Amino acid sequence: MDGAAPPEAGPRALIDSLRHGDEIAHIITLTFAAGILLITSLLVYELWVNSHLSRAKFGWGFFWTRVWDPNFDNFGAAPFIYGTLVTSIVSLAIAVPLGLAAAIFLSELAPRKLSDTISFLIDLLAAVPSVIYGLLGIFIVVPLMRTTIGPMLIGSLGHVPIIGQFFKGPNYGVGFLTAGIVLAIMVVPFIISVSREVLLTVPREQREAALSLGATRWEATWKVVVPWARSGILGSVFLALARALGETMAVTMVIGNDPKIAASLFAPGYTIAAVIANEFTEATGDLYLSALIELGLVLFLLTFILNGLARLLIIATERGGGHPS
Amino acid sequence: MRKMLVVLSLLLAAASTAGAQSNPLLLNAAGATFPYPIYSKWFDVYHTAHPNIQINYQSIGSGGGIRQLLAGTVDFGASDGPMSDDQLAQSKVKILHFPTVLGAVIPTYNVPGVSTGLNFTQKAIAGIYLGTITKWNDPEIANANKGVTLPNTDIVVVHRSDGSGTSYIFTDFLSKVSDDWKNKVGKGTSVNWPVGLGGKGNEGVSGLVKQTPNSIGYVELIYAVQNDIPYGKVQNAAGKFVKADLAGVTAAASSAAKDMPDDFRVSITNAPGATVYPISSFTWLLIPAQIPDAGKRDAIKDFLKWMLVDGQKYNEGLSYAQLPKIVIGKESKAIALIQ
Amino acid sequence: MKRLLLIWRKSLNVVMLTLTGVAAFGVVCVLFLILGYLVWNGGKSLNFDFFTQLPKPVGEVGGGMANAIVGSLKLLFLAALFGLPVGLMAGVYLAEFGGKTFAYVIRYTVDLLNGVPSIVIGIFAYSLAVLPVKHFSALAGGVALGIMVIPITVRSTEEFLRAVPGSLREAAMALGASKWRTIATVVLPAARAGIITGVLLALARVAGETAPLLFTAFSNRFWSPGWGQPIASLPVMIYTYAIAPYDDWHRQAWAAGLVLLALVLIANVGTRIVLSRGGGGRSA
Repeated sequence: MDGAAPPEAGPRALIDSLRHGDEIAHIITLTFAAGILLITSLLVYELWVNSHLSRAKFGWGFFWTRVWDPNFDNFGAAPFIYGTLVTSIVSLAIAVPLGLAAAIFLSELAPRKLSDTISFLIDLLAAVPSVIYGLLGIFIVVPLMRTTIGPMLIGSLGHVPIIGQFFKGPNYGVGFLTAGIVLAIMVVPFIISVSREVLLTVPREQREAALSLGATRWEATWKVVVPWARSGILGSVFLALARALGETMAVTMVIGNDPKIAASLFAPGYTIAAVIANEFTEATGDLYLSALIELGLVLFLLTFILNGLARLLIIATERGGGHPS
Repeated sequence: MRKMLVVLSLLLAAASTAGAQSNPLLLNAAGATFPYPIYSKWFDVYHTAHPNIQINYQSIGSGGGIRQLLAGTVDFGASDGPMSDDQLAQSKVKILHFPTVLGAVIPTYNVPGVSTGLNFTQKAIAGIYLGTITKWNDPEIANANKGVTLPNTDIVVVHRSDGSGTSYIFTDFLSKVSDDWKNKVGKGTSVNWPVGLGGKGNEGVSGLVKQTPNSIGYVELIYAVQNDIPYGKVQNAAGKFVKADLAGVTAAASSAAKDMPDDFRVSITNAPGATVYPISSFTWLLIPAQIPDAGKRDAIKDFLKWMLVDGQKYNEGLSYAQLPKIVIGKESKAIALIQ
Repeated sequence: MKRLLLIWRKSLNVVMLTLTGVAAFGVVCVLFLILGYLVWNGGKSLNFDFFTQLPKPVGEVGGGMANAIVGSLKLLFLAALFGLPVGLMAGVYLAEFGGKTFAYVIRYTVDLLNGVPSIVIGIFAYSLAVLPVKHFSALAGGVALGIMVIPITVRSTEEFLRAVPGSLREAAMALGASKWRTIATVVLPAARAGIITGVLLALARVAGETAPLLFTAFSNRFWSPGWGQPIASLPVMIYTYAIAPYDDWHRQAWAAGLVLLALVLIANVGTRIVLSRGGGGRSA
């Protein structure tokens, strides 16, 4: 089994043959690990090469062209980048306060056992497949938005100056806001899970010092503990953002699939992931397909950058804690 | 551990052969959602009659059908918009068009309080989809529907989000009746829609219309019938308001049938005639003229023959019109072109 | 004055802390709402036909998703076949053999791969496994899912191997075992429970993926014999049926959603229980 030297008498030969087996194991596992490098590089390469036609024709203008016209072969990424960003921002606006609050509860207030159980249940939310969120989105959130939430928001916020712009107009039930809400539920477990862990690593002394100075529990938490874990929490937000950007099924089922840039959150929109899912199998024409792949490349780069940043921030917190502000 | 592996491998063996007949012939096809109800019926009936032939048809839209056919990932495609010369040029193999059924694209809507059929003038439909007509009680719509109270609500326009032959038929009609449309948007399977929500497939559009009050969408007739959603009459070239039915569609095809070109690519929207339904169309199966696999070739040819005779019997039950006899005759001869 | 400030601070304290509790329970409630909805709508629609019948022609009531259930299982098998060996071996490398720089690069790449949106992986698998052979297939779907299985497997394998106490390793080596022997016969078995849970979680994760299957495995109204044909899967069926107007299809979509969710949750809950009971090491 060890190949090489036949088992002669003597410890030297035995040790040699044993080490040889180690070499083989090392090489085999290394090869598989390198295989991952190969797969990932190949992925980036394919994205780059197959988007060549589109990149050559549109250049940087691709990013701010608002037209998506397969009939006249004119493609621009602006509506999709807009939609992707808006839905993600809306989802974070809902998920971050909610998630942070829940994480604070779980790390500071709840007894360990309760905290673990609730944490476990919340992690289950993260395991629910995207298409099921879409299913629930279509049959529950969309009608709710159309009949209840929408009119309520339009009525109350539609006339407020500046903010009102976002809450105007016809309310179809599908749209940016609906997609944002569904996304919020999908990413909140990430924020809670990572923030909770990061908050738990804040040294006891910090809390106790604050409390001994007369702070209330809340003040100690909000003014001392959370800032300490600031980077890690920010990291969790980036993680959630990266997840929201790439979500496909749940979004395409509730966003309205209209490549337009509109101020109102009730307007239908489109995201990068959704348009690829809808149009990939039918992109007649090489330029069309190339434009879709270029969109895929853009999405890949966005998530790449965000994940990288998230990683750095989380590691920074775990290593040495935050910066005393 | 070992027992688990044995059980697992047995399950796998069972799974990989599940449902397989001895030497099944598997054909894959994709394309139009417009005729999906009749195609799925046909393929099901054909499979029952020929248990070892399985035709797996996926309705991903005409654009998808054309694309996948050109990419070679399906054995044949289906589209309601005939392939353009550019698209045909992209194919390594010559592609033949075979009309299968005649269908109608209808304006279906969901207007609370309106249960009767609405009349739509040609200008009205064009205006709604151009975004120039925005309210249900707009004069252009109201004047054609005296006696019906239309609400003062915004029209929610629904169109296709995927590459669609139904869109092609619809935009072909709009291009003929509205110069504005022709210049601004044009006809195609995927166009730059001025307004509206996108639904995936005929299924998606009818789903959206069904669930969204004050909406309007264009779908193939059967989707409105099967889902009990109201649809309106459309004004034809002769000025009459016609509701989509077999007679109106057949009338639209009759004049074209006599002058049917050899490649069967023809548009019958806005055809002349008082009883014609103006948004009618053939729909085609796209078959490669050269099929190297003999088994597949024979199966496809046999299916086409079956479709032209027995298959046509199922059309009317699903609200599609039968092909004119002249066309059937021409197609039967064209089958021989498949080598 | 000071009194007022104190009252304000104290009430703020109570209010905010209560809100955090509300938030936490609120999120948990959402989970139960989701479960409840699926059980209610899906449970109503589950029947024997669902598990044993093929889909019926469009518009006709009835039929089932037998082919999609088997299809999902076959795809999972392929995903395991393609992704697990790579993931496991790479995990072993990182935990046992890795040097400084190369291991860092690998870990970074694994994280990168984990963050790639599943639709982009679908594009990749399309160009890799569909275009060259010119047809959609279960294999292509398996490739796409397999790629997604790799990062999760690598991470958990590495984590659980590292959690094995060094003393075990040293003891084995002191007895004369070579490194690979130690790994194979001592370390891996010790980390077995954790690794298996990692594998199950990875499979549960990809079982629900829809986007990468849309243009690799495609779909099929019939059974898909062998591995080279398009194949139906539960997530794709749910998607197709949910966006359509047919009420009967909606009914079936709920049922399929319930089945899918049940499988995913059982895997997740089951593995956690196993881990907390005996496996030792940190929970994933």
